[in-house]
Amino acid sequence: MEDIKLIKGNEAVALGAIRGGCDGYFGYPITPQSEVLETLMELRPWETTGMVVLQAESEVASINMVYGGAACGKRVMTSSSSPGVSLMTEGISYLAGAELPCLIVNVQRGGPGLGTIQPSQSDYFQAVKGGGHGDYHMIVLAPASVQEMYDHVFDGFDLAFRYRVPVMMLADGIIGQMMEKVVMTRQRPRWTAEEIAEMSDSWATTGKHSGRERNVATSLELDSQVMEQRNERLQARYRQIEEREVRFEEHGMDDAEYVMVAFGSSARIASETMEMARRDGMKVGLLRPVTLWPFPSKRIAELAAAGVKGILVPELNAGQMVEDVRLAVQGGSDKKIPVWHYGRLGGMVYSPDDIYSELKRRSDECAG
Amino acid sequence: MSVQVEISERNKVYGRSPLLTDAVMHYCPGCSHGTIHKLVAEVIDEMGLQDNTVGVSPVGCAVFAYNYIDIDWIQAAHGRACAVATAVKRLNPERMVFTYQGDGDLSAIGTAETIHACNRGENIVVVYVNNAIYGMTGGQMAPTTLLGMKTATSPHGREAAIHGYPYKIAEMVAVLDGVCYVTRQSVQSPAAVRKTKKALRQAFENAMAGRGLSFVEVVSSCNSGWKMSPVDANRWMEENMFPFYRLGDVKVVTPTAI
Repeated sequence: MEDIKLIKGNEAVALGAIRGGCDGYFGYPITPQSEVLETLMELRPWETTGMVVLQAESEVASINMVYGGAACGKRVMTSSSSPGVSLMTEGISYLAGAELPCLIVNVQRGGPGLGTIQPSQSDYFQAVKGGGHGDYHMIVLAPASVQEMYDHVFDGFDLAFRYRVPVMMLADGIIGQMMEKVVMTRQRPRWTAEEIAEMSDSWATTGKHSGRERNVATSLELDSQVMEQRNERLQARYRQIEEREVRFEEHGMDDAEYVMVAFGSSARIASETMEMARRDGMKVGLLRPVTLWPFPSKRIAELAAAGVKGILVPELNAGQMVEDVRLAVQGGSDKKIPVWHYGRLGGMVYSPDDIYSELKRRSDECAG
Repeated sequence: MSVQVEISERNKVYGRSPLLTDAVMHYCPGCSHGTIHKLVAEVIDEMGLQDNTVGVSPVGCAVFAYNYIDIDWIQAAHGRACAVATAVKRLNPERMVFTYQGDGDLSAIGTAETIHACNRGENIVVVYVNNAIYGMTGGQMAPTTLLGMKTATSPHGREAAIHGYPYKIAEMVAVLDGVCYVTRQSVQSPAAVRKTKKALRQAFENAMAGRGLSFVEVVSSCNSGWKMSPVDANRWMEENMFPFYRLGDVKVVTPTAI
């Protein structure tokens, strides 16, 4: 029989961590994601799978605990919301620099500053452009359902270890707080010490044995020539990720004259808009990037080249992902098609009607 | 009268720790770090913990500790070593985990991470090298800088009204229940070196026995930062640092009392 639960997105992250064979979670309470830590403390996985759960004194400490755990070759993660993730960016830069795998969940809320506890998507730039100092990327997954908040824990760890990069799950307060059914997968066992040694002996700080040189997890290199080589190695890996790991979903694209590009909760709202428009005979398609980095630029360029009349990018911010859509259109197509942004700010959320009105206004402009 | 000395393994009374690498240390001549590194290496070796130890190096002069002691290392962000070490130990309870930090790293930017690791009673060792100055960045004032002391950022001498007072984080963490051992030592003389080694050994044994966090402060000189010769720096340390940072055990919770 299938194991199905009706749970919140944040609870799905906690359950995904346990079921996904996570070794350690380190976090700090912040609305609207505190249920992750609360659920883990309630479930006491250290008594079942042996997973460590620790409430740290700050987000700064949390991410550095993740850094320590990741250096040991363990599956480790943290979660937070926007202001807390800002505090973590130093540590994320170190994780990227030291080439350590981990999962960071951002259940976004509106900013800037302390902002609001209501949902937002205004940390897109922070997530996909790096966020902290230095040239680096995280792989960024954008769940649009509670099921995906569960699944992306598994995917996140797999990607993190495949490329030895930090992975961010960029959710928001809507998906984190809403309840949906989740099909739970079977328990994936935590890695044994032998498995970690087999996979990660070339880099993990598991204790130096006579069979190898000492392992050092560090991002420091004072010789700039060597530092440049390190950077080039990272960039080569990023190009590989861009080549292999772009994920997106499409709906109604076969005959689409207008396309919406939306991620996360916005894609859920926009899919309703698409149905409304189609009922009215308007040929609208929806592209939902599942990975925000790497971004589905090639596909967007194809759509532009194929004669789509215009692209609307609804996102709960002042216009962030729209820049990547414009870059994709300009960089990949000779045709100049309009790319419009539509957003609400500071924790306000649009309805499917709001997006539809904007879509009609823009398409009328085009026609006129 | 001539004394014949037989050079043989049988007569060997002291040697270089096999855990010290051949790398030439980057520390300034006269710096205390080399001696403290040697003691840490000796303790790990003598306890047979080479293959079971993870060290966490700081940001500061000791950032390159990983070049000198032949164990696995994690280089932590500035001040965060105790958070890093917390996770390493929690995820690998059987492992020996220690941090090696300076006073800028530990008692300025890393105050929160240090105090909370102490308060949680993490079974780790914190080696805290206090020379009352930021060495690596070029001799700026630290929270530990003594009143009147001239540094790059207190060029007229530290004034309490402007810069606040020097503080003793060892005494602060000693009041926390998670901490089993706090001691303040030094390495300016053979006798002091021996005491520091004994303290380190005690701390490492505490961590392996799960008695809580052990905090070993080593009051040190920074002759480059202090702009003195090594001999003068050690004398200055004895005359000025020791009256404020008093040597000796600050807290010892005996195993039976736990």
